[in-house]
Amino acid sequence: MATETMNPVGAPTPRNTTLGKVRTHPTQNEGLIFEKSSPGKRAVRLAPLDVPEVDAATLLGDALRVEAAPLPEVSEIEIIRHFTRLSTWNYAIDLGMYPLGSCTMKYNPRVNEFVSRLEGIAEAHPYQPETLAQGSLKVVRELEQCLMEITGMDAITMQPAAGAHGEFTGILLVRAYHESRGNARRKVIVPDSAHGTNPATAAICGYEVQNLKSNALGMVDVAELERIVDEDTAALMLTNPSTIGVFESEIHRIADVLHAKGALLYMDGANMNALVGKARPGDFGVDVMHLNLHKTFSTPHGGGGPGSGPVACKAILEPFLPTPVLARKADGTLGWNYDRPQSVGRVRAYYGNYGMFVRALAYILANGPDGLRQTTEDAVLNANYIRASLEDLYELPYKTASMHEVVFSDRRQATRGVKTGDIAKRIIDYGFHPFTVSFPLIVSGALMIEPTESESKEELDRFIEAMRAIAQEVEETPELVKNAPHSTRVSRLDEATAARKPVLRWRPTTNSGGA
Amino acid sequence: MACPTHLKYTKEHEWIAVDGAVGTVGITDYAQSTLGDIVFVDLPKVGDSVAANQTFGSVESVKAVSDLYSPVTGTVTEINAELATAPDKVNEDAYAAWMIKVELANPTEQETLLSAAAYDAFIAEETGK
Repeated sequence: MATETMNPVGAPTPRNTTLGKVRTHPTQNEGLIFEKSSPGKRAVRLAPLDVPEVDAATLLGDALRVEAAPLPEVSEIEIIRHFTRLSTWNYAIDLGMYPLGSCTMKYNPRVNEFVSRLEGIAEAHPYQPETLAQGSLKVVRELEQCLMEITGMDAITMQPAAGAHGEFTGILLVRAYHESRGNARRKVIVPDSAHGTNPATAAICGYEVQNLKSNALGMVDVAELERIVDEDTAALMLTNPSTIGVFESEIHRIADVLHAKGALLYMDGANMNALVGKARPGDFGVDVMHLNLHKTFSTPHGGGGPGSGPVACKAILEPFLPTPVLARKADGTLGWNYDRPQSVGRVRAYYGNYGMFVRALAYILANGPDGLRQTTEDAVLNANYIRASLEDLYELPYKTASMHEVVFSDRRQATRGVKTGDIAKRIIDYGFHPFTVSFPLIVSGALMIEPTESESKEELDRFIEAMRAIAQEVEETPELVKNAPHSTRVSRLDEATAARKPVLRWRPTTNSGGA
Repeated sequence: MACPTHLKYTKEHEWIAVDGAVGTVGITDYAQSTLGDIVFVDLPKVGDSVAANQTFGSVESVKAVSDLYSPVTGTVTEINAELATAPDKVNEDAYAAWMIKVELANPTEQETLLSAAAYDAFIAEETGK
C-alpha cells in the first residue's frame, strides 16, 4: 500500500504535510473573458492597409453587419492568463488517475502529439489535390488496415466524428442493408445494460427500441433473446464486454440467434480496450461496430477531444458505407471514390477527424501487436486488482469475472445514507477524478471503475487506499462524505436549478453600450 | 410513503386513478425518489393515442432520462401543463402531480394492473428490503 499519509479530514490539507502548495494568483474567482473586456483594448495592432480600400457596403450589400459583434476586448496577456488560470482548475489524466468507467481515460502518449505536429501532416489541407496528398492518404489507409485487422472486419469508414455518430452511421448501414433486401424491418433490440446512446441511435434511425433484460449474471439472456427476435428485428446493439465489464461468453450463440432470423449484430466498441489483440469481433459474429479512437486508441478524450468513431463492417455492408471511400486507383495511387450508388451518403464534411487518425496510428505502430496485447492484459489486470482490493468493503453485485472495468454498488454504504455520488465527490478530496456513478442502470447505486492500463501499481494503491479510507469514513463520520468535496473551489452545486433554469450564455449586466 | 390504496400501479412505476371512462396517470413516489430532482417532463399532445405498456413520454432528472409507460390504452384528453414550467411538483407530491388523462379504450384493461399492496411488495422485492 502507499506510504504517504492520506488526509482523513475534510479540510484542504496538503497530502504531504512537509510541503505547502505553491501560491496561486490571489484572484481565484476568474471572471468570464467578456467581463474582463474594456472598450478599445486590443491584443494586436494591425499594420496600415497597403492595398486599395474597398467599401464593405458595396461588396456585401444587405449582408453588411451594421452593429459590431460584441466580442471581448482584452490584451494578449489577459487572454493568456485567463485561459492558463482556468487550465489550472482542471483535473486531467496528466495530473492523476482518472478512473471514469466506460470512458477509458487513458494516457495520451506524447509521441502521438509529436507526429501529428510534423509539418507535412499538420499543414495538409483537405482541398489539396490527391496527387499531393498521397502521404496523408497513406496514413488513413494504414490506419484503416490496422483497425480492420484488430476488429476482424472487412471494410471501414473513418468519417464519424465520435462514438454516438459511429452508432448512427452503423445503424444507417443496417437500415440500408435491410432496405436493399426489400424490408427495412421495424425494431432494434437493446439490452437494459446498454449505453443510453444505443436506444437513442435506434430511435433516430427510425427504429422501435425493444428492451432486453439482462440475466442474473448481468449478461444477455439468450433464451429471452431467442424469444423476441423475429423477422421484424433489424439488429441487436450489444456492448461487449458489457457495461458491467463482463465478456458476453455466449456471443457466438447470440450472433447465431440473430442471423437465423436475418437480423444483424451491432457491437458498441466502447469497451474495445478489453479486447484489442485478444479477441476480434469479426470472428465472434459481429456484423458492424464502431470504435472510439479517443478511448481505445489513446487520442484525447474530454475537453473537446475531438473524438473519432470509425465504423467497421463485414463485406455484406460495404456497399452502403458513407461516401467517399478510400481506394487504390489503377495507377497505384490512393484516391477517394465517390461512385457509390448504394451508399448512405456522407455523414461528415471532408474525411473525418484526421488529426486523430494520425495519433491513433502512431499509438498502434508504437505499441505493435505485442504492445497492444499487453495493453489489454494490463487494463484487465488493473481492474481486477482494484476489484480484489475493494470487494471486502464495497458490494460486488455481479460476481462474474471482470474484464477492463469493475462495477460495485453502494448497497452497504447506502445503509448509512451515503450514495455512490457522495463517495465520488469524496474521492475528489483525495486527489482523484471520480469514477462513473449510477451507471450501468442495471446496478442500483453503481460505482463503475476503469483504471486503464496507464496506471502503475503505486497509483492504483493510492486510489485503493483512498477508497478504503472513504469506506471507513462512511462508518464513522458519514456526514463528512455526504458533504464532500471539502477541498474544491465550490462544493455541492444546485444541479436541479441548473438543469431547470439553465443559463446558457453570458449577457451584459449594464446598459453602457459597450460589450 | 405508503402507496394510496385507491390507485392502481404498473411495474414501471406509474399510477392510474380511474374515474368512469377516464384514467389519470402519474408516476409513483418511489419513482420520483429514485429519479431524484426532476428537471423536465415530456408529455404527449391532447388527442394522441397511448397504448398499454408502451411509452407515452419521458421524465428527465439530474440523474437520468426515463421513459413513461402508459398503464392503459386510450386517447389523451388532457395533460398537466403546469409540469412544463414546474417539473419539481412531481418531487413535491408524486400523487398530486398527475401527467395525463386518458379516455379508456378498454376499461377491463386496468384489472391487470397492480393493487397498492401488490406494488408495495414489488418494490420490496426490487430493493431487497
